[in-house]
Amino acid sequence: MTAASAAEWIVSALIVIGAGLALVGSWGLVRLPSLMERLHGPTKASTLGLGAILIGSAAWFHLVRGVWTSHELLVSVFLFMTAPISANMIAKVHLHRLRAREASEPAGPAGAPAVPPGGADWATHEAPHEGTPGDFVGD
Amino acid sequence: MSRLFPHPGLTALLALMWMVMVGEVSFGALFLGLLVGVIVPIVTAPWWPGRPKLRFLPAAAYCGIVLWDIVVANFQVAAIILFKRTRDLRPAWLTIPLDLASPEAITVFAGTISLTPGTVSADVSACGKYLLVHALHAPDPAAEIAKVKARYEARLKGIFA
Repeated sequence: MTAASAAEWIVSALIVIGAGLALVGSWGLVRLPSLMERLHGPTKASTLGLGAILIGSAAWFHLVRGVWTSHELLVSVFLFMTAPISANMIAKVHLHRLRAREASEPAGPAGAPAVPPGGADWATHEAPHEGTPGDFVGD
Repeated sequence: MSRLFPHPGLTALLALMWMVMVGEVSFGALFLGLLVGVIVPIVTAPWWPGRPKLRFLPAAAYCGIVLWDIVVANFQVAAIILFKRTRDLRPAWLTIPLDLASPEAITVFAGTISLTPGTVSADVSACGKYLLVHALHAPDPAAEIAKVKARYEARLKGIFA
Protein backbone atom coordinates (compact mmCIF):
# COMPACT_ATOMS: atom_id res chain seq x y z
CA MET A 1 0.00 0.00 0.00
CA THR A 2 1.46 3.36 -0.97
CA ALA A 3 1.26 6.61 1.01
CA ALA A 4 -1.21 8.10 -1.43
CA SER A 5 -3.62 5.24 -0.96
CA ALA A 6 -3.46 5.63 2.85
CA ALA A 7 -4.63 9.22 2.41
CA GLU A 8 -7.39 8.02 0.12
CA TRP A 9 -8.47 5.47 2.75
CA ILE A 10 -8.81 8.18 5.40
CA VAL A 11 -10.76 10.50 3.10
CA SER A 12 -13.00 7.68 1.87
CA ALA A 13 -13.77 6.57 5.43
CA LEU A 14 -14.76 10.12 6.43
CA ILE A 15 -17.01 10.51 3.39
CA VAL A 16 -18.70 7.15 3.94
CA ILE A 17 -19.27 7.88 7.68
CA GLY A 18 -20.66 11.32 6.80
CA ALA A 19 -22.92 9.98 4.08
CA GLY A 20 -24.10 7.21 6.43
CA LEU A 21 -25.07 9.70 9.16
CA ALA A 22 -26.87 11.90 6.61
CA LEU A 23 -28.74 8.82 5.40
CA VAL A 24 -29.80 7.98 8.98
CA GLY A 25 -31.07 11.58 9.37
CA SER A 26 -33.12 11.22 6.20
CA TRP A 27 -34.43 7.82 7.33
CA GLY A 28 -35.55 9.58 10.55
CA LEU A 29 -37.68 11.92 8.42
CA VAL A 30 -39.45 8.89 6.97
CA ARG A 31 -39.99 6.77 10.07
CA LEU A 32 -40.53 9.14 13.03
CA PRO A 33 -44.22 9.57 13.95
CA SER A 34 -44.93 13.31 13.60
CA LEU A 35 -43.54 16.70 12.62
CA MET A 36 -41.81 17.62 15.91
CA GLU A 37 -40.02 14.26 16.12
CA ARG A 38 -39.00 14.56 12.47
CA LEU A 39 -37.34 17.91 13.21
CA HIS A 40 -34.72 16.06 15.29
CA GLY A 41 -33.36 14.02 12.39
CA PRO A 42 -32.14 16.81 10.10
CA THR A 43 -30.89 19.06 12.94
CA LYS A 44 -28.74 16.32 14.50
CA ALA A 45 -27.75 13.28 12.53
CA SER A 46 -27.10 15.32 9.41
CA THR A 47 -24.99 18.05 11.11
CA LEU A 48 -22.33 15.50 12.07
CA GLY A 49 -22.79 13.79 8.71
CA LEU A 50 -22.01 17.02 6.91
CA GLY A 51 -19.21 17.68 9.44
CA ALA A 52 -17.51 14.39 8.59
CA ILE A 53 -17.82 15.07 4.85
CA LEU A 54 -16.33 18.56 5.36
CA ILE A 55 -13.42 17.14 7.38
CA GLY A 56 -12.97 14.63 4.56
CA SER A 57 -12.86 17.50 2.07
CA ALA A 58 -10.28 19.43 4.11
CA ALA A 59 -8.23 16.23 4.58
CA TRP A 60 -8.28 15.54 0.84
CA PHE A 61 -7.00 19.03 0.02
CA HIS A 62 -4.28 18.69 2.65
CA LEU A 63 -3.18 15.09 2.06
CA VAL A 64 -3.60 14.82 -1.71
CA ARG A 65 -3.19 18.40 -2.93
CA GLY A 66 -0.86 19.51 -0.12
CA VAL A 67 -2.74 22.73 0.67
CA TRP A 68 -4.69 23.85 3.73
CA THR A 69 -8.24 25.00 3.02
CA SER A 70 -10.38 27.01 5.39
CA HIS A 71 -13.71 27.08 3.54
CA GLU A 72 -14.93 23.90 5.26
CA LEU A 73 -14.61 25.68 8.60
CA LEU A 74 -16.84 28.53 7.37
CA VAL A 75 -19.43 26.10 5.98
CA SER A 76 -19.70 24.33 9.34
CA VAL A 77 -19.88 27.62 11.29
CA PHE A 78 -22.75 28.87 9.12
CA LEU A 79 -24.45 25.48 9.31
CA PHE A 80 -24.34 25.54 13.12
CA MET A 81 -25.70 29.08 13.15
CA THR A 82 -28.59 28.47 10.74
CA ALA A 83 -29.78 24.93 11.61
CA PRO A 84 -31.38 25.91 14.98
CA ILE A 85 -33.11 28.92 13.37
CA SER A 86 -34.81 26.95 10.61
CA ALA A 87 -35.85 24.26 13.11
CA ASN A 88 -37.22 27.01 15.37
CA MET A 89 -39.26 28.56 12.53
CA ILE A 90 -40.80 25.19 11.60
CA ALA A 91 -41.66 24.56 15.28
CA LYS A 92 -43.36 27.97 15.55
CA VAL A 93 -45.49 27.35 12.45
CA HIS A 94 -46.44 24.01 14.01
CA LEU A 95 -47.51 25.78 17.25
CA HIS A 96 -49.72 28.20 15.30
CA ARG A 97 -51.33 25.51 13.19
CA LEU A 98 -51.97 23.40 16.32
CA ARG A 99 -53.66 26.34 18.03
CA ALA A 100 -55.74 27.06 14.92
CA ARG A 101 -56.78 23.37 14.92
CA GLU A 102 -55.80 22.84 11.30
CA ALA A 103 -57.15 19.44 10.23
CA SER A 104 -53.92 18.70 8.37
CA GLU A 105 -51.76 19.42 11.47
CA PRO A 106 -52.16 16.58 13.99
CA ALA A 107 -50.42 16.93 17.37
CA GLY A 108 -47.64 14.36 17.80
CA PRO A 109 -47.38 11.70 20.53
CA ALA A 110 -46.34 14.48 22.95
CA GLY A 111 -49.66 16.29 22.42
CA ALA A 112 -49.94 20.07 22.24
CA PRO A 113 -47.52 22.02 24.48
CA ALA A 114 -48.90 23.40 27.75
CA VAL A 115 -49.25 27.16 28.24
CA PRO A 116 -46.33 28.39 30.41
CA PRO A 117 -47.05 29.08 34.09
CA GLY A 118 -47.49 32.69 35.21
CA GLY A 119 -50.16 34.11 32.90
CA ALA A 120 -48.00 34.84 29.84
CA ASP A 121 -48.47 32.84 26.64
CA TRP A 122 -45.67 31.65 24.33
CA ALA A 123 -44.08 34.56 22.47
CA THR A 124 -45.26 33.39 19.06
CA HIS A 125 -48.88 33.90 20.19
CA GLU A 126 -48.42 37.07 22.19
CA ALA A 127 -46.30 40.25 22.02
CA PRO A 128 -43.41 40.43 24.54
CA HIS A 129 -44.51 41.86 27.88
CA GLU A 130 -43.14 45.20 28.96
CA GLY A 131 -39.84 44.89 30.79
CA THR A 132 -38.96 41.45 29.43
CA PRO A 133 -35.44 40.80 28.16
CA GLY A 134 -35.22 41.99 24.57
CA ASP A 135 -37.96 44.58 24.97
CA PHE A 136 -36.11 47.64 23.71
CA VAL A 137 -39.04 50.05 24.04
CA GLY A 138 -37.26 51.79 26.92
CA ASP A 139 -33.97 52.32 25.03
CA MET B 1 -12.40 55.58 19.63
CA SER B 2 -15.77 54.06 20.50
CA ARG B 3 -17.42 55.93 17.59
CA LEU B 4 -14.92 54.50 15.12
CA PHE B 5 -14.74 51.02 16.73
CA PRO B 6 -18.10 50.51 18.48
CA HIS B 7 -17.50 46.76 18.72
CA PRO B 8 -13.79 45.77 18.57
CA GLY B 9 -14.61 42.07 19.06
CA LEU B 10 -16.89 42.09 16.00
CA THR B 11 -14.21 43.94 14.02
CA ALA B 12 -11.64 41.25 14.84
CA LEU B 13 -14.14 38.45 14.12
CA LEU B 14 -15.14 39.90 10.74
CA ALA B 15 -11.50 40.42 9.73
CA LEU B 16 -10.72 36.82 10.72
CA MET B 17 -13.79 35.48 8.89
CA TRP B 18 -12.78 37.46 5.81
CA MET B 19 -9.32 35.90 5.78
CA VAL B 20 -10.82 32.42 6.29
CA MET B 21 -13.16 33.08 3.35
CA VAL B 22 -10.37 34.31 1.09
CA GLY B 23 -8.34 31.33 2.28
CA GLU B 24 -5.01 33.09 2.69
CA VAL B 25 -3.06 35.04 5.29
CA SER B 26 -1.78 38.07 3.43
CA PHE B 27 -1.58 41.81 3.87
CA GLY B 28 -4.23 42.37 1.18
CA ALA B 29 -6.70 39.97 2.81
CA LEU B 30 -6.06 41.48 6.24
CA PHE B 31 -6.57 45.00 4.87
CA LEU B 32 -9.88 44.21 3.15
CA GLY B 33 -11.02 42.19 6.19
CA LEU B 34 -10.27 45.07 8.54
CA LEU B 35 -12.09 47.45 6.17
CA VAL B 36 -15.22 45.26 6.35
CA GLY B 37 -14.67 44.79 10.10
CA VAL B 38 -14.62 48.56 10.69
CA ILE B 39 -17.54 49.51 8.42
CA VAL B 40 -20.04 46.76 9.39
CA PRO B 41 -20.09 47.50 13.17
CA ILE B 42 -20.55 51.25 12.51
CA VAL B 43 -23.49 50.63 10.15
CA THR B 44 -25.16 47.98 12.35
CA ALA B 45 -24.59 49.69 15.74
CA PRO B 46 -28.26 50.80 16.14
CA TRP B 47 -29.38 47.13 16.17
CA TRP B 48 -27.47 46.01 19.24
CA PRO B 49 -28.11 48.42 22.09
CA GLY B 50 -26.86 47.45 25.56
CA ARG B 51 -24.89 44.37 24.51
CA PRO B 52 -23.57 42.21 27.35
CA LYS B 53 -19.93 41.69 28.29
CA LEU B 54 -18.58 38.21 27.61
CA ARG B 55 -16.01 36.23 29.57
CA PHE B 56 -13.70 34.76 26.98
CA LEU B 57 -12.23 31.67 28.67
CA PRO B 58 -15.53 30.21 29.96
CA ALA B 59 -16.99 30.92 26.49
CA ALA B 60 -14.19 28.93 24.80
CA ALA B 61 -14.67 26.05 27.27
CA TYR B 62 -18.42 26.17 26.59
CA CYS B 63 -17.82 25.88 22.81
CA GLY B 64 -15.68 22.80 23.44
CA ILE B 65 -18.35 21.13 25.60
CA VAL B 66 -21.08 21.91 23.07
CA LEU B 67 -19.01 20.56 20.15
CA TRP B 68 -18.40 17.34 22.07
CA ASP B 69 -22.10 17.07 22.95
CA ILE B 70 -23.04 17.58 19.29
CA VAL B 71 -20.92 14.56 18.33
CA VAL B 72 -22.44 12.45 21.14
CA ALA B 73 -25.94 13.73 20.29
CA ASN B 74 -25.57 12.67 16.68
CA PHE B 75 -24.88 9.08 17.64
CA GLN B 76 -27.63 9.01 20.29
CA VAL B 77 -30.22 10.36 17.85
CA ALA B 78 -28.97 8.02 15.12
CA ALA B 79 -29.39 5.07 17.53
CA ILE B 80 -32.93 6.18 18.42
CA ILE B 81 -33.86 6.55 14.74
CA LEU B 82 -32.42 3.15 13.82
CA PHE B 83 -33.28 0.95 16.79
CA LYS B 84 -36.07 2.40 18.93
CA ARG B 85 -39.57 1.27 18.06
CA THR B 86 -42.11 4.07 17.67
CA ARG B 87 -44.25 2.72 20.51
CA ASP B 88 -41.25 2.84 22.89
CA LEU B 89 -40.48 6.44 21.95
CA ARG B 90 -41.47 9.02 24.61
CA PRO B 91 -41.46 12.46 22.96
CA ALA B 92 -42.34 15.32 25.32
CA TRP B 93 -42.71 19.09 25.51
CA LEU B 94 -40.46 20.58 28.19
CA THR B 95 -41.19 23.96 29.78
CA ILE B 96 -37.79 25.09 31.07
CA PRO B 97 -37.82 27.92 33.65
CA LEU B 98 -35.07 30.40 32.72
CA ASP B 99 -32.58 31.88 35.19
CA LEU B 100 -30.86 33.75 32.36
CA ALA B 101 -32.10 37.30 31.80
CA SER B 102 -30.28 38.80 28.81
CA PRO B 103 -31.75 38.10 25.34
CA GLU B 104 -28.29 37.18 24.01
CA ALA B 105 -27.78 34.54 26.72
CA ILE B 106 -31.28 33.09 26.15
CA THR B 107 -30.58 32.96 22.40
CA VAL B 108 -27.32 31.06 22.90
CA PHE B 109 -29.08 28.70 25.36
CA ALA B 110 -31.90 28.02 22.88
CA GLY B 111 -29.41 27.50 20.03
CA THR B 112 -27.38 25.08 22.15
CA ILE B 113 -30.52 23.10 23.02
CA SER B 114 -31.39 22.81 19.33
CA LEU B 115 -27.91 21.55 18.44
CA THR B 116 -27.54 18.96 21.23
CA PRO B 117 -29.01 15.59 22.36
CA GLY B 118 -32.52 15.01 21.03
CA THR B 119 -33.93 18.43 21.91
CA VAL B 120 -35.20 21.31 19.75
CA SER B 121 -36.14 24.68 21.22
CA ALA B 122 -39.49 25.90 19.89
CA ASP B 123 -40.35 29.15 21.64
CA VAL B 124 -39.83 31.48 24.59
CA SER B 125 -42.68 32.77 26.76
CA ALA B 126 -43.91 36.35 26.28
CA CYS B 127 -42.70 37.19 29.79
CA GLY B 128 -39.21 35.86 28.94
CA LYS B 129 -39.15 33.43 31.88
CA TYR B 130 -39.76 30.06 30.18
CA LEU B 131 -38.36 28.22 27.20
CA LEU B 132 -40.46 25.71 25.24
CA VAL B 133 -38.41 22.70 24.15
CA HIS B 134 -39.39 19.51 22.35
CA ALA B 135 -37.52 16.36 23.35
CA LEU B 136 -37.35 13.37 21.02
CA HIS B 137 -37.11 10.85 23.84
CA ALA B 138 -37.65 12.01 27.44
CA PRO B 139 -39.19 9.32 29.69
CA ASP B 140 -38.48 11.63 32.66
CA PRO B 141 -39.06 15.27 31.58
CA ALA B 142 -38.07 16.73 34.98
CA ALA B 143 -34.66 15.00 34.87
CA GLU B 144 -34.13 16.20 31.30
CA ILE B 145 -34.88 19.81 32.34
CA ALA B 146 -32.50 19.56 35.32
CA LYS B 147 -29.76 18.11 33.08
CA VAL B 148 -30.00 20.88 30.47
CA LYS B 149 -30.08 23.59 33.15
CA ALA B 150 -27.05 22.18 34.97
CA ARG B 151 -24.97 21.48 31.88
CA TYR B 152 -25.61 24.60 29.78
CA GLU B 153 -27.53 27.28 31.64
CA ALA B 154 -25.25 27.30 34.70
CA ARG B 155 -22.20 27.73 32.43
CA LEU B 156 -23.90 30.47 30.40
CA LYS B 157 -24.56 32.38 33.61
CA GLY B 158 -20.80 32.45 34.14
CA ILE B 159 -20.17 33.64 30.57
CA PHE B 160 -22.79 36.41 30.44
CA ALA B 161 -22.02 37.69 33.92
